[in-house]
Amino acid sequence: MAATTMAKALNAALADAMSADDRVVVFGEDVGQLGGVFRITDGLQARFGDRRCFDTPLAEAGIVGFAVGMAMSGLRPVVEMQFDAFAYPAFEQIASHVAKLRNRTRGALSVPIVIRVPYAGGIGGVEHHCDSSEAYYAHTPGLKVVTPATVVDAYSLLREAIEDPDPVVFMEPKKLYFAGAEASLPVRAEPFGRAVVRRSGRDATLVAYGPSVPVALAAAEAARDEGWDLEVVDCRTLVPFDDETIAASVRRTGRCVVIQEAQGFAGVGAEIAWRIQERCFHALHAPVLRVSGLDIPYPAPMLEHTHLPGVDRVLDAVARLQWDDQPDPRWLPSLEGSAA
Amino acid sequence: MTTTQVQRAAAGRRRAATPPDPAHALLPSPEPVRMLDERGTRLPTAHDYPEPSVEALVRMYRRMVIGRRFDVQATALTKQGRLAVYPSSRGQEACQVGAVLAVRDTDWVFPTYRDSVALVSRDIDPVEVLTLLRGDWHCGYDPTTVHTAPQCTPLATQCVHAAGLAYGEAHQGRDTVAMALIGDGATSEGDFHEGMNFAAVFKAPVVYFVQNNRYAISVPLSRQTAAPSLAYKGIGYGVPAEQVDGNDPMAVLAVLTRAVEHARAGRGPYLVEAHTYRMEPHTNADDATRYRDAAEVDAWRDRDPIARLEAYLRATGALDDATVAEVSAEAEAYAADLRTRMHDAPAVDPLSLFDHVYAEPTPQLREQREQVRAELDADEEGDA
Repeated sequence: MAATTMAKALNAALADAMSADDRVVVFGEDVGQLGGVFRITDGLQARFGDRRCFDTPLAEAGIVGFAVGMAMSGLRPVVEMQFDAFAYPAFEQIASHVAKLRNRTRGALSVPIVIRVPYAGGIGGVEHHCDSSEAYYAHTPGLKVVTPATVVDAYSLLREAIEDPDPVVFMEPKKLYFAGAEASLPVRAEPFGRAVVRRSGRDATLVAYGPSVPVALAAAEAARDEGWDLEVVDCRTLVPFDDETIAASVRRTGRCVVIQEAQGFAGVGAEIAWRIQERCFHALHAPVLRVSGLDIPYPAPMLEHTHLPGVDRVLDAVARLQWDDQPDPRWLPSLEGSAA
Repeated sequence: MTTTQVQRAAAGRRRAATPPDPAHALLPSPEPVRMLDERGTRLPTAHDYPEPSVEALVRMYRRMVIGRRFDVQATALTKQGRLAVYPSSRGQEACQVGAVLAVRDTDWVFPTYRDSVALVSRDIDPVEVLTLLRGDWHCGYDPTTVHTAPQCTPLATQCVHAAGLAYGEAHQGRDTVAMALIGDGATSEGDFHEGMNFAAVFKAPVVYFVQNNRYAISVPLSRQTAAPSLAYKGIGYGVPAEQVDGNDPMAVLAVLTRAVEHARAGRGPYLVEAHTYRMEPHTNADDATRYRDAAEVDAWRDRDPIARLEAYLRATGALDDATVAEVSAEAEAYAADLRTRMHDAPAVDPLSLFDHVYAEPTPQLREQREQVRAELDADEEGDA
């Protein structure tokens, strides 16, 4: 075990993938000489040369479209979108080509591309640098959507993404890039499609992914003071999604809060909550609750703490899980006028 | 100073003020390159494009005749309900056929939905070409065996794919050229610019071939650009460009052949604009009388590329009545075979909807597949 960070683990995964397979090429904006604005590609150009790791013109649709063509020629492109919101110009390429080429051609043509997207907030970024854009990708059939919350997963899931036969949108929680952790690399963890119980507990399940996993773990720790023993499940991959592990946990605990940093409406958390209630209805003692960001454009840095779901908002939700078998008063039918 | 000295000094200043500008080499000819006039007469050349061989031109003629017959047949199939829709390229046969004759079988073509004639001219099975429009799947052919990308509907998005493929092929030591087909409307899309820019920066061997047929559905060229011609869009990216009379088969083949040679020689991308005309409405579902005059269409009828090439080849003795009849019979047989094979509705399997979303279906897709299977079983029981 050695002290490392998610940023270093991602860097090691890229380097090891490039060593293992000559077809792997890494490109994007500032990924060459500079090593990326977050240094995820640091040293790759020096080690592998500028044919394997290179800077491109500043054009995200171009970067992803170029990757499509390169994948058609047999290469395995790994591209970096510099920030979440900067990936939007590439959305047509992603939704209309990356996601669909295998299906359009009945499997004749596949484009195994990894699109790395540093995403979400909590870093005091100015506008257009902190979007949680995972729902757009998870809503698009043909894409796999992966988001690590630990250093080990960052390495393991990125290696798996590069080896995967399908295109993968690899969403990296920026605020976790530089948090220290102990890990020995290389390492392989559970494969795509497997959620992991990060903390066992009996009373309720917190389901989280990416930047919200540490929030869930901190909330579970704090909940001990309230006498709640909370389980935390890390989804790890949003597509494919592990219904079984999550449903098994909720059936055990009977209560569930889904946590996401993204704005809530029509988000991934809504999908997860629906999947749980459909599968676990008869084991539930309370409605599945969801804690999310607010339905607002990502706020300016001095206001982001109001937007981001933190430990307190999670604990408030846990408190509303009908522990005394009373319904949440907020949703009771109004009595006003009913007597008339 | 004497008068002569003054004149010399002035001439020297003029020379100093206008050094040879390397950018001029990127500009297209001021007028579209033409080699045959509208009656098929060989024009004296003001440029140095080598004349394509007679054999190549006879091959081109044959492909154009078969291509047009295919196009007419496909339009007829829409009226019979065999195709959901068909975007015709009638009048653009010199471009359609020239584009594929200029490249090798191992080169890649990146077509749009209007380039079906180019695809059948590449010997792709016409039934597979029409799969998209018949509606039993999206792309009917295997792109990897025919080196042809799926026909692209989102405009200009294939421009970047062509750059990436050409770069990727070169990266792996192969001398493949990518031929990207686009229309005039697509030159307004961002991906046209990003594709040309990427190809130029990475010296990717791509030929961007714009078939300027004057209309993007109903919107005329004047609403797409204020440039003198679309070929002028090359210079801003450092991409050399040429413009050509798109209804002159000899000129189209000559210009595209040089563009392909330029790309294959490792000199980067090349932009060619062909001035042509879409004789039919956008598709069979469109009404072109709402936005253009019959007189305009009639004027272009006189510039028909097949008649032009046929007249030239007859005049040179490369084509006679017997050969023309032979090609015509071949085209009829081609259309008859297509009619026969398109007659019956194809079998479709609803369960195949889940087969190619991913290499392996996700658990969620497997669940949905079982649900559909149950629905189908219930339908069958209901029918029994």
